[in-house]
Amino acid sequence: MRLKDISINNLRRRKGKVLFLILGLAIGITTVVALISITRMMNEDISMKLDEFGANILILPRSDDLSLSYGGMNMGGVTLEGQLLHDSDLPKIRQIEVNENISTISPKLIGRVEIEGKKIPLMGVRFQEELRLKKWWKIHGTEPKNGGEVLLGNEVAIQLFKSRGDSLFINGREVRISGILDETGSQDDFLIFGDLTFVQETLKRPKTLSLIEVSAFCNTCPIDEIVKQISAKLPHAKVTAIKQTLQTKMEALDHFKKFSFGISMIVLFIGSLIVFTNMMASVNERKREIGIFRAIGFRQSHVIRIIFLEAFIVGVIAGVIGYLSGLGVSHLIGPILTGAKSMKLTIDPFLAFGSILLSALIGTLSSTYPALQASKMDPTTALRSL
Amino acid sequence: MSLIEIKKLSKAYESGEENIRALIEVDLNIERGEFVSVMGPSGSGKSTLLTILGGLNHPTEGEVIVDNIPIYKLPTEKLADFRREYIGFIFQSFQLIPYLTVIENVMLPLSITEKSNKEQRRMAEEILERIGLRGKEKRLPDQLSGGEQERVAIARALVNSPPILMADEPTGNLDSKTGKEIMDLFRSLNQEGQTIVMVTHNFENTTFSTRILSLKDGRVENS
Repeated sequence: MRLKDISINNLRRRKGKVLFLILGLAIGITTVVALISITRMMNEDISMKLDEFGANILILPRSDDLSLSYGGMNMGGVTLEGQLLHDSDLPKIRQIEVNENISTISPKLIGRVEIEGKKIPLMGVRFQEELRLKKWWKIHGTEPKNGGEVLLGNEVAIQLFKSRGDSLFINGREVRISGILDETGSQDDFLIFGDLTFVQETLKRPKTLSLIEVSAFCNTCPIDEIVKQISAKLPHAKVTAIKQTLQTKMEALDHFKKFSFGISMIVLFIGSLIVFTNMMASVNERKREIGIFRAIGFRQSHVIRIIFLEAFIVGVIAGVIGYLSGLGVSHLIGPILTGAKSMKLTIDPFLAFGSILLSALIGTLSSTYPALQASKMDPTTALRSL
Repeated sequence: MSLIEIKKLSKAYESGEENIRALIEVDLNIERGEFVSVMGPSGSGKSTLLTILGGLNHPTEGEVIVDNIPIYKLPTEKLADFRREYIGFIFQSFQLIPYLTVIENVMLPLSITEKSNKEQRRMAEEILERIGLRGKEKRLPDQLSGGEQERVAIARALVNSPPILMADEPTGNLDSKTGKEIMDLFRSLNQEGQTIVMVTHNFENTTFSTRILSLKDGRVENS
């Protein structure tokens, strides 16, 4: 027989109280695990929905010219003419160290063309990428499928009296209007969008780019890190982070994290109080027993070990239960909070081990005072019959 | 050299504003193999004497030397080791651990030693055999009669062969027949060389004692 057998047998004897103890601690761990899991879900959700926020990094050529604004973003010295960025810059962006965080790269060339006597800005884009970035676009018609088709901003269509299916001439080349953009309230209303290669040919600026919009998200590193790495790859370009959209989301997440931390601390504190009062009551109930232990030669440290071992066992059991139920709770309410349709149940060994360790630690620490009290009990007082 | 030497032992308790002197300048020697019965009326200090002899209760003054060890000069943990190695206690109302089986109760003093589980079990079974409790190892204390519980308590006190057996009213909770059986067991243990110090009210229990110590108002009247 070892001390652990005494602890285990005592726990078995006090089933009801032990169950209450486990429950008190498990609720605390459940809360912590659920909040951590939900915070993670929200983080991943932001990452997944990144495209909906549009671009958050803008790459412009370095220039001393006066700046120009595009979509509330400072475009630096984007002169509408002149040699700027190049198609060959695009693969370099993918070469950065944290490239797995880059979601979309959308290159653009802007020029001005004269159509029916009006000077109108023409933007060459890759529609596949552009549509991923601009989820809010509503097109009457379809997006251009090839170089022979263009998309008109709402205001341009009104000024030119054009509707979808009509044709127009750009620098002598006839193109079909495949669709008209719904009013966006942005500069997109004043632009004609065409296929990038077509626009590069039309403006006679092959393989040239005016700007590149990048959508990136980094769970573990700040957006500034991505900006820094792209800057290093493209020394001739000016790379700027547009933080507003993400920052708001991240701030909300940060608030939630702080809230979660606060709630977790309170619940864990209550859990540790439950352990403390329960262990204290247990020690008082066992005065006589502890007296016997001491009388037959148990050291104070043996008594402390028996009580710590009981608290540790309770803590580990509560940790396992707390982790599993926390996982269940986060699976149930996580989708409601994040708005995602379904969340896959993943077992994170670090969180599992961490929560069990935390539970065992709280159980043991909360029992320190009761254990010390027990060890210091005077055996003669404990054994009143003596 | 006596096994137990007590020199000018005094014990006083604070009870409210009152200072109770439980033992007053007691001098006593107990030799190896003696069976000493401590008698006296309630409050005479006999239980206090027993707890002080057993290393459970620090005296106010005086010295207790067991096997040349001044036990109250030992640090707390060493004093616990002394109790484990030298003293086997038999408490008045058996004081078995209710959630441990008979054999586990007997193995309790061995659970904090280096002895293997197998060795512990062997030692416990041997002592249970000797006191006639074989076959009841797996029972819980509340499934035993008073006499059987007393025997388990004796087995627990003897399992690690301590030089001194201390018993506090060992027959106090037993009927006279069972009480006599226990006293017979004490006699045979003493005949095998076991030193026994027993506190009792019952004069009949002192039949097999080698010496009777009479306490009154904290002083030894005769010995």
